[in-house]
Amino acid sequence: MNQNRRVLLKGTFAAGATGIAISAGLLTPKAVLAAWPKAAFEAKDTNAALEASLGSSSTTESSDIKLKAPDIAENGAVVPITVTSDIANTEAISIIVAKNATPLSATFNLGANTNGFVSTRIKMGKTSDVTAVVKAGGKLYSTSKNVKVTIGGCGG
Amino acid sequence: MAKSSIKIRAKVKKGEAKVKCLISHPMETGLRKDKKSGKLIPAHFIQEVVCEHDGKTVINAQWSGTISKNPFLSFAFTGAKAGDMIKISWVDNTGKSDTTEAKMK
Repeated sequence: MNQNRRVLLKGTFAAGATGIAISAGLLTPKAVLAAWPKAAFEAKDTNAALEASLGSSSTTESSDIKLKAPDIAENGAVVPITVTSDIANTEAISIIVAKNATPLSATFNLGANTNGFVSTRIKMGKTSDVTAVVKAGGKLYSTSKNVKVTIGGCGG
Repeated sequence: MAKSSIKIRAKVKKGEAKVKCLISHPMETGLRKDKKSGKLIPAHFIQEVVCEHDGKTVINAQWSGTISKNPFLSFAFTGAKAGDMIKISWVDNTGKSDTTEAKMK
């Protein structure tokens, strides 16, 4: 088959599938994007970010949150972070990197049957405390760990 | 079928599902400069990731550009059985999105 026809057909199928998915309402970009908390992610300090994302900035230190992060991150662009919350009714978990330009890295909103556990990889610009904030029963709990970064993860 | 950007590994043990997914995405913060031109590479990152099981949202992750490139995400939930389907979708700041379904083992 002519190469051009193959490329054209491949492209048509790909475009078609995505088009169908969006028109079926499976994932309407506008509806989903409207829920993205821009103020929280653009906040330049931790308290403002927490207020905007979880509704409050007063947290209580808790030993029921286990934050697993490397003592020294070999590569600031890929720092593995695992948060396990043993607090009942954990509704959300946020990861904050105090020394990043915009401290709030991510917020995970959990379903009713979802465990208080998330694992992901984040970027850190320099050595900083990484804080896991857990929202449970309307209150905020947190625990922090200092992670040393030798090569910053923001390209600078 | 178009290749998906989402790879999923999900196992169920005693009613508890452990899901790991890896998404192909540049996750640009918008703060990086192109070394040759000196221009800022525009922000291009996934803002939301949603996993659904049995018609309910299991996890809704709100992300910033500070999640690493080709993001990894792992989470767990109860009320699952082997053979159940889960659906993971993402939307990025440019409006692009992708969805994949997988059967849990």
